[in-house]
Amino acid sequence: MNESSPILNISIFGVFVLITLFVVIRASRNNKTAADYLAAGRAFTGPQNGIAIAGDYLSAASFLGIAGAIALNGYDGFLYSIGFLVAWLVALLLVAELLRNTGKYTMGDVLSFRMRQRPVRAAAATSTMAVSFFYLLAQMAGAGGLVALLLGITGSGGQAIVIAVVGALMIAYVLIGGMKGTTWVQIIKAVLLIAGAGIMTVWVLGKYGFNLSSLLGAAVDAAPKAGEKLLGPGLQYGKTGTSKLDFLSLALALVLGTAGLPHILMRFYTVPTAKEARRSVVWAIWLIGIFYLFTLVLGYGAGALVGPDKINAAPGKANSAAPLLALELGGPILLGLIAAVAFATILAVVAGLTITASASFAHDIYANIIKKGKDNGNGDAEDKTDEVKIARITAIVIGLVSIGGGIVANGQNIAFLVALAFAVAASANLPTILYSLFWKRFNTSGALWSIYGGLIVTITLIVLSPAVSGTPTSMFKNSDFHLFPLSNPGIVSIPVAFLLGYIGTILSKDKADPVKQAEMEVRSLTGAGAEKAIAH
Amino acid sequence: MSSVEHTPSESSPEAQKWVDVQASDDFAELKHRLRKFVFPVSGLFLAWYLLYVLLADYAHGFMSTKVFGNINVGLIFGLLQFVSTFVITTLYVRHANKNLDPLAEKLRNEIEGDGK
Repeated sequence: MNESSPILNISIFGVFVLITLFVVIRASRNNKTAADYLAAGRAFTGPQNGIAIAGDYLSAASFLGIAGAIALNGYDGFLYSIGFLVAWLVALLLVAELLRNTGKYTMGDVLSFRMRQRPVRAAAATSTMAVSFFYLLAQMAGAGGLVALLLGITGSGGQAIVIAVVGALMIAYVLIGGMKGTTWVQIIKAVLLIAGAGIMTVWVLGKYGFNLSSLLGAAVDAAPKAGEKLLGPGLQYGKTGTSKLDFLSLALALVLGTAGLPHILMRFYTVPTAKEARRSVVWAIWLIGIFYLFTLVLGYGAGALVGPDKINAAPGKANSAAPLLALELGGPILLGLIAAVAFATILAVVAGLTITASASFAHDIYANIIKKGKDNGNGDAEDKTDEVKIARITAIVIGLVSIGGGIVANGQNIAFLVALAFAVAASANLPTILYSLFWKRFNTSGALWSIYGGLIVTITLIVLSPAVSGTPTSMFKNSDFHLFPLSNPGIVSIPVAFLLGYIGTILSKDKADPVKQAEMEVRSLTGAGAEKAIAH
Repeated sequence: MSSVEHTPSESSPEAQKWVDVQASDDFAELKHRLRKFVFPVSGLFLAWYLLYVLLADYAHGFMSTKVFGNINVGLIFGLLQFVSTFVITTLYVRHANKNLDPLAEKLRNEIEGDGK
């Protein structure tokens, strides 16, 4: 039996860090203006950005989490990946190109375009930072569990140090490289992740004569407890009426949340035109789709070759399915590679989240609310270097806060943090984005109602949910204040937010500005006056 | 309470340009071509996804029916979601390249051509 080697794992990860740092430093040489720092000079091609989007989107949760869920719960794990994939059609058809044509750096650019600037930007920045922070916390807390598994560090002190190291590296990437450097880290990581998963997939299938049916049969044989149920839905979510409803709620949040995730939206500004934004989504859809097909094989492969008992006994439980499969297939070296890829995944995703949150603060809050009082321009002035400085400072603050939060949240049930991020994105952001792009009458008051309303409803329902209190898997096991039966609030919060945006609009005496609406609509569809790439 | 922070745009020629373009036939056609594709297709794929989720959630027996070997209805349905996503992506790109981009480019050149 092969053994995991922490030193080998750390060395391989060290090589990854050195290579990416080198790339980041090289990429940062042209970081002069805000458009360079926050939008990579809008100079990435569609395919490059598409790979980076895949790198941003395929978090540790989707690699380790989904493979593990399939290994232990079979078909129900597969359901996640379908929601995560289909969601991209919302981004492709309704959001990506129109957003690229009307904005500069942030989601707030688009939401505030034809509204009163200050209140809407403040709301958009609040929601951006809330989503990014929840997502960030989940990734950082997840890093702790991963460390236990891959490096054999089980003490909470040792894990805290590793979380701090991951955070420090992330701050370094973002400070030095800005959006350009972050994008390259994501590209490198995506290529490694997809290639690694691809090799393991072929390897697993090869063991079963490239016959999916025999692989499934072997997974069933290896799981006497679950048996045939592994292949059909219901093992995880099918137990009670409430858990079925919970699953429906999660499915809604997944499919509608993606196109409202600020760190995904921001990626569309790194390409020169709407057409390139479209190409990037197409690349992302193919890569993400193929990757999720790999995880299907990896999940059942881990179930068949490693077995559910061994996975459950390992530190990190379900999350250890993919690494244990790598160990089973290729010994310590393949495990080391996969471990390094998993770390790289966390690093790249947190870097993307950090630059998004800091861009939103620097651009929406600082440049357009605090600073705007002084000059009355459209924010096009040349003092954009200020914006970069503020973004850098914010990145450090966010980095430090997320290190602290990650250490505190280490070991907690993190699934609900990700669910929360998606639910807020689907409830607060998506309705507001769609209304601003497609509903002529939508106005400032409607935008504020849907953003703040969606945010407040979602967070309240989560706090009152069984994910936070009242059950053995809750965040607070020993107290019970759960009044809402579902862990995922989407099925309530998403329709409520759409409704609030509508009610807020029609109740307000505030008329939508017809000229601004004309400008926004024409620009969004034609690309006239859109931000151009920067030539160096 | 409104219009304090709106840029005073009503009368400027720059603003009039956007309003004129919005009222033009070409723009109406572009908007129509975009919406007649994305709205129905979005409705369709969301309904198709929801059908799948509801079946997986409430029709366990049906989804667990074996079709051949260990491949059951649920797996085929799930894989069909991948297929439909890839197909819609491809169809949209074809539609955009053929029917949207040329018209958008024409309008863009008209707008940016005059005095910007």
